[in-house]
Amino acid sequence: MSENAVDPDRRRFLTGTASVIGGIGAGLAAIPFVATFQPSARAKAIGAPVEADIGQLEPGGRLIFKWRGKPVWVVRRTPEQLAALESLDGVLRDPASSESLQPEFAANPWRSDKPEYLVLVGICTHLGCSPNFFPSTDAEGMGSDWQGGFYCPCHGSKFDLSGRVYAGVPAPTNMEVPPYHYVDDTHLVIGELEEGAA
Amino acid sequence: MNMITKGLVGLRDWVDDRFPLMQLWNDHMGQYYAPKNFNFWYYFGVLSLVVLVIQLVTGIWLVMNYKPDANLAFGSVEYIMRDVSWGWLIRYLHSTGASAFFVVVYLHMFRGLLYGSYKKPRELIWILGMFIYLSLMAEAFFGYLLPWGQMSYWGAQVIISLFGAIPWVGETLSLWIRGDYVVSDITLNRFFSFHVIALPFAIVGLVVLHIIALHEVGSNNPDGVEIKKNKGPDGKPLDGIPFHPYYTVKDSVGVIVFLILFAGVVFFAPEMGGYFLEHNNFVPADPLKTPEHIAPVWYFTPFYSVLRANTVDFFGVPGKLWGVIFMGLATMLFFALPWLDRSPVKSIRYRGTLYRSALTIFVVSFLILGYLGLLPPTPGRTAVAQVCTILYFLFFFLMPIYTKLDKTKPVPERVTG
Amino acid sequence: MNKLITALALWAAASLVYAAGGHGPALLDANVNLGNKTSLQRGARLFVNYCLSCHSAQYMRYNRMAADLGLSEEVVKDNLMFASDKIGDTMTIAMKPDDAEKWFGVAPPDLSVIARSRGADWLFSFLNGFYLDETRPTGVNNLYFPDTAMPHVLSELQGLQVKHDADEQAGDHGGHAGPSLELESPGKLSPVEYRQATRDLVSFLVYVGEPAKLVRYRIGFWVIAFLLVLLVAAYLMKREYWKDVH
Repeated sequence: MSENAVDPDRRRFLTGTASVIGGIGAGLAAIPFVATFQPSARAKAIGAPVEADIGQLEPGGRLIFKWRGKPVWVVRRTPEQLAALESLDGVLRDPASSESLQPEFAANPWRSDKPEYLVLVGICTHLGCSPNFFPSTDAEGMGSDWQGGFYCPCHGSKFDLSGRVYAGVPAPTNMEVPPYHYVDDTHLVIGELEEGAA
Repeated sequence: MNMITKGLVGLRDWVDDRFPLMQLWNDHMGQYYAPKNFNFWYYFGVLSLVVLVIQLVTGIWLVMNYKPDANLAFGSVEYIMRDVSWGWLIRYLHSTGASAFFVVVYLHMFRGLLYGSYKKPRELIWILGMFIYLSLMAEAFFGYLLPWGQMSYWGAQVIISLFGAIPWVGETLSLWIRGDYVVSDITLNRFFSFHVIALPFAIVGLVVLHIIALHEVGSNNPDGVEIKKNKGPDGKPLDGIPFHPYYTVKDSVGVIVFLILFAGVVFFAPEMGGYFLEHNNFVPADPLKTPEHIAPVWYFTPFYSVLRANTVDFFGVPGKLWGVIFMGLATMLFFALPWLDRSPVKSIRYRGTLYRSALTIFVVSFLILGYLGLLPPTPGRTAVAQVCTILYFLFFFLMPIYTKLDKTKPVPERVTG
Repeated sequence: MNKLITALALWAAASLVYAAGGHGPALLDANVNLGNKTSLQRGARLFVNYCLSCHSAQYMRYNRMAADLGLSEEVVKDNLMFASDKIGDTMTIAMKPDDAEKWFGVAPPDLSVIARSRGADWLFSFLNGFYLDETRPTGVNNLYFPDTAMPHVLSELQGLQVKHDADEQAGDHGGHAGPSLELESPGKLSPVEYRQATRDLVSFLVYVGEPAKLVRYRIGFWVIAFLLVLLVAAYLMKREYWKDVH
């Protein structure tokens, strides 16, 4: 068959080396195919932070903006509405917002940067419907302890005027507060914690 | 380490009890004996497989972002090139792969002409291969419409209108292919379906059959000697070596060399001077503006030359129709090779001057026709194309005669390397 | 037999070469340098100031341009964005194609990939090829695009040229002396400065045509280098196995 005996060690070494280098090559080659799944420049542009002009917002009123395909509410709360927030601890599931999604500055009863303005992603944390705005304290059918807030018509979840979820309703957590920052007193940028942040 | 190996071996055995895994491995790799004297020309089969895989994978990834709509298609390709992360690379891999496919397949077919690989008992391998070639041409044609550039649009318009030349059924046929009165969004959508689903399935199926047919008979080799005729005491061909590890290892080298050349094009010259990505195809399709110069992509140009060379009306049949007929014949005649070739000898190494000259003239004519097909016609060029067309066809038509008359050399019993 | 084949091939080649020969005047050399970011920046400014009013570059995003050209998003927003307000937007224009066609006779084409279809040399020649022509509605014509509907947008920079026809000149070689252009009234830039400006603009258009060009050479180098290393390993492995094949 052959004059030189098969040298299995050398064979194994060379096969191993070639396989390792080949394997590394295959891994490197796979990178573009995996990375290409990331949001494209167009997706990022469409999902870019949105400037919100709140100059015309009256106390007690709400404006709706769109960011990344989702409704974002800005609610201008009255002093009475703000004061009532602390009294609701007993009926809320998570009054301290320890389990919900919000920026660090919003882990408090008013859940916002400036207490007067609430910025909330208007999507119920149960199954994704958009709740209705019931700011009035004598809203029908909301119960005697109602201090104003949001009611989701799909399955009956209730949230207070900080988007905190009531106990005993289907929704599991408080509504999400998106990242945002103020450019000036009447303009917010929704989607960024500060200028130029991701 | 031992536990992992044991686990893998256990898994393999579990599968093997329920599926002919080891049998398939042995029949097609570990115990498939191939001639030991494969040379350069024998790389192109494996390279064709590699390019097929490249096209399938990059094609799948492109479809994630491509939009088969006349208003959106061109923009979606630019979207891939700019906005999609690494999209430009996937696009260039696919466009270069399309041309590479034809380079590799033409060389693979040429090997068959050199060594008589189409002769008995390998006629079916050759026929299946010809079907793959036809499918590949259709795949390329359908795919080229998708970017919806000027060349995409007008190339499709011209080729489909060729069908209009067929008497009686021509116009209806063209209308049926297009699905509309001109090439339109409707045509684009159906070509998308053919290119992405129908033909890839057909091609993969044909490739499987092609390889099964090959393995049934065993490979030919540069000497044209049947290695199964000389077996050792162990029943294995004396001039054969198991495909794995010898050819897996050798082919890996060939594949890497190919990838280096491929990468050179993809990263440094993806347009290839306008031959792989045509300049005019960067202009969005405009049904109202015909380009000055419509030419098919380079891999179709030999046949395009044959089409254009037919300018004379014969026997009441218009030149345009003869062009279509001869263009079709130019591809179809390859099917007949196993029966046109009357030589007792397979490999060009043992053939006489007649076949060697005929093959040389054929290749030169093919190349000249290809070159002419890239250029706008002039009377001089048309004359040259007509001569080359005649020579091209004579290769086939006269083959039964000159292969019979040829003075062959004695073929050795064993391969010479 | 071989002689016959060679003769045939040569005859074919000769007739082909004879039939070649371009139409139109010879193109000027654009000499694009994509590595020169400052040139690209100047080109971007020229494009935005002179071209973007009629021609969109609808596939080019402002923020991509900022990143590739080494400009901050602030600089781009303040200096290069007139038609859009979001940095992630593409370079679109307000003019609708139907209106454009009504006003100009033909809609000014989008320029995103014009460098890939026309080529850098043609674009450079075109921008340098305008001359006075009273017979045209725009008052100018172009040596490289006869009867173009485009006015000489850069005339304030270049000035205005006149054309001298071929037979007006003494053709020394007796051959192919084409028409030539001469600057009749000067513009803000000297001829040398104008050449450089149009070179910058064309370089920018080449960049816009394919932003990936900036990276693919570099990546390609490393891919091929890696493959060469892999080739060595694979070849050594092959040689070792094939030692027992004779």
